Amino acid sequence: MPLDPSFVGRSWPATPPYQVGREKIREFATAVGATAAEHHDPEAARAAGYPDVVAPPTFPVVITMAASRQIIADPALGLDYSRVVHGDQRFAYARPVVAGDSLVCVNTVDEITSRGGHDFITTRTEVSTEAGEPVVTVWSKLVQRGEG
Amino acid sequence: MSEQLPPQTFRVTRADLIRYAGASGDFNTIHWSDRIATSVGLPGVIAHGMFTMALGGRALAEWAGAPDAVVEYGVRFSRPVPVPDTDEGTEVVVTGVVKEVTDDGLTRIDLTATCNGEKVLSLGKALIRKR
Repeated sequence: MPLDPSFVGRSWPATPPYQVGREKIREFATAVGATAAEHHDPEAARAAGYPDVVAPPTFPVVITMAASRQIIADPALGLDYSRVVHGDQRFAYARPVVAGDSLVCVNTVDEITSRGGHDFITTRTEVSTEAGEPVVTVWSKLVQRGEG
Repeated sequence: MSEQLPPQTFRVTRADLIRYAGASGDFNTIHWSDRIATSVGLPGVIAHGMFTMALGGRALAEWAGAPDAVVEYGVRFSRPVPVPDTDEGTEVVVTGVVKEVTDDGLTRIDLTATCNGEKVLSLGKALIRKR
């Protein structure tokens, strides 16, 4: 079943705030092998001009993947998650995520297309602080493989 | 200009995938169960695309000489990265080419990741701010 094209251009209400913790950043940095002191040591982060430890560049996906369930889990969209693979991913930063941030996500569907029996959906997530400061924009393209 | 950056090689084992699953919250079964992975036509457990992308992020930080250098970073996941259940696991190699230095001093890089000689990240594009 193709994806419902009426989702294109739709936005959803901001997600509840995600509290970025120092230990979560350390855990994520360790998991991806990012050993720079700025990811682990608040003093080193402060020396580099940040209020607390700095997240590695792909960290926001922890927040946006959960937030995008708002879209992809909506039965009206018609996405069969068992046939979904990750196509493209992109981040554009206003500034790095740091421990202590309280971040909200606003999801929008940018594009839905079909090609060669496969369906493609591109979501855009604007991640900002609760106070409204833009932090990072995250695009994710999912591919729903054709049946059979 | 087209300056080749020093390639970065990363070893990836099953333990890395388990750790990444926990840290990222991505518990998709194809990243830890051979049984499920083969049932959907994969050769076995594959790495999270976002884990491979994170290795690309490490390469960018290394080239920039700063962990907070990435201003923009995008990739296409062109092939899965199979990770065998061995002590050695597999290897991902990230290569990069400097495309330009922008008027505001940012460096534009094209990035590719390969595993077993095949492209696993293609159309990788990044903009970094060197410290």
